Formats: sequence, structure tokens, C-alpha cells
Amino acid sequence: MKSETLAAVLKVRAEKRAAVLLTNLQSGKERLVEASQLASLQATESELAEEIAAALRSDKSRTIETDDGPVFLNVYNPALRMIIVGAVHIAQPLARMAELAGYGVTVVDPRRSFASEERFPGVELSSEWPDDALADFGLDARTAVVTLTHDPKLDDPALEVALKSDAFYIGSLGSNRTHASRLERLTEMGFDQKSTDRIHGPVGLNIGAKSPAEIAVSILGQVTETLRTSG
Amino acid sequence: MSGQTSDPGHNIQSWPDDVLETAAAWKKDGRDVAIATVVHTWGSSPRPVGSQLIVDGTGAMVGSVSGGCIEGAVVKEAMEVIDGAPARVLDFGVSNDQAWEVGLACGGKVQVYVERLD
Repeated sequence: MKSETLAAVLKVRAEKRAAVLLTNLQSGKERLVEASQLASLQATESELAEEIAAALRSDKSRTIETDDGPVFLNVYNPALRMIIVGAVHIAQPLARMAELAGYGVTVVDPRRSFASEERFPGVELSSEWPDDALADFGLDARTAVVTLTHDPKLDDPALEVALKSDAFYIGSLGSNRTHASRLERLTEMGFDQKSTDRIHGPVGLNIGAKSPAEIAVSILGQVTETLRTSG
Repeated sequence: MSGQTSDPGHNIQSWPDDVLETAAAWKKDGRDVAIATVVHTWGSSPRPVGSQLIVDGTGAMVGSVSGGCIEGAVVKEAMEVIDGAPARVLDFGVSNDQAWEVGLACGGKVQVYVERLD
């Protein structure tokens, strides 16, 4: 690998752009293709453009055979993000665990006594209203949204933005009953069942979790399952 | 790992990210660097395609391409590549001739590309 290529890869990553590094395993020839260049590549090298697009979509690096020999496609997708709405007790272990699993985490809660630096040392906090905060983030297909407040005033606006986005995971804390009335409200807002089916509620895998940390494990487990096994 | 990741809770990055940052930092410090990348796996394998290990001229390494079973062999090849040998593709697996020495305990097969950082 050339130092210039490495510098270009690090730059793309720092600027949170999606790209694939192509390395010919016979000649060592390398080429960095950004997602934004795929449309123009489609015109000249449509087969290659499709392989690159598929690798980016599945987030899986792989080797393909070409007329010039095997070429390794190394996928660099922007970092995973998790937006946690509700700076509640469960959010404390969840924020730390999600960071360990590679997520850039932001905790959103306009209630300043909840979203305090003291309760969330080192975690990015937003005290905006969830709908404003989530709209600003530009939720993409590498983002998970978890609402934890149980309070419709806070959870619903966040879900409204999340359901209109490409977020790969949406989960909402609350009992079956809470979730049923949540779905009713969202349906009244005009969301169809296909949309509301995207919400994992009650949130998390059913592992009998009791403590906040265990519930965080069940949520992160479900987020991981969705990321790695669907699509 | 490098000092920049020693502060838990702050800017924790996933491991693969750190490997490339470290490669760039080593190079900047004037160290010779080789990069080993898992480019293909068959069956069960401990590390996914894209996993990387970097090696310097003294054999120091960061990252991983397996659960530890083939790193020794990869480091040896990487040091040859640093010394001027061409980049190469290495095959590891139970069906391989080298299986007795550096076979994968999990029974899978991996292909590793080793190149120099120029």
C-alpha cells in the first residue's frame, strides 16, 4: 500500500464518507473509489461499480475475480452511530457498551437534570428536543435509534423522525401495553403498519434482563442482530 | 495498543480503525511497516475478511488476522516483505501443507495478503 493511499483512506474515514479500496492481489495496484463516484463509474465500468455498491450495502469486504486477476474490495463505511433518547438509568450502561462495540453514541434529553456530564462522563449529550436533535443528525443506514423515556412527549417526536429515516434499527422501551398505545398514536399520525413494524418494542432480546446493565445487553444484542443478520 | 486509545469511555474506536492509524503513525516515525489483510475466508474463521495486522521491521505487531494461531507465520512473511520481497498472498488452513505448523484450530481456511507500506 502506498502511503498516499493510506492517507486518503484515513481522510475518507475521518470525514465520515463511504469508500472502497480496491487492491489487485497480483499487481498490487490500488484504487480508492468513494460512494459518491459510483454514478460516474457506472457509465464506464458498470460491473465493477455494482460489485462496489453491493460491498458497501452489505458492509462486507471481499475478493472478486476480474480479467486482471483477483481484486480485494476493502469496505470503509462511516462509523456506526447510536442515538439514545432519554438520559435514564438504562442509558448509562448502554452508552458505554455501545461505544465498546464501535458506535459513536449521542444521548438526547432536554431534561438537563437527566442529561448531565456527571451522569454521563465522556458521552456526547444533546439537550435539544428529540425531533430537532434527530433531524440535525441526518440519520443514515449506519444509525440505530433507541428511545428509553416511556414519555410520549419525548419518544414520539423522535420516532416520527426515525421512521422517516434510513436508520437500520429503531427500538422503544416500554411494556406491551405502552407499546400498543404508542403504535396507535403513530398510526393516527399517518404511519402505516409497514413503517411501525420497524420499531422493536418492547425493546431488546428476551433474555430475562433485570438490571439496567442487563437490559442494555439485551438492547445491544438486538441492535447487533439487526445489523449483522438482516438485509 | 497505542496510548491514544487507553482512555476508556472516550473516543473508543473499533479495533480495525486503530490498526491503520497506527500504521500511519509508525511510518511517520520512520519505521518500516507491512500490512497483512484477511482477503478471503472459508468455513469458520476467527476474524472476518478485512481484518488487519501491521508489523514493523523488528517484528512488533498490532491488530490480528486470526485468533493468534497464524500471526507468527504472518509476521515472518511480513518481515521478508519489509526487506524487499514482493507482496504475497498466503493460504492457511487444515488442508494446507503447513497445517502441522500453523494450522487453524477452528478448522477454517483463511487467505492473507501481505504488502509493504511504501
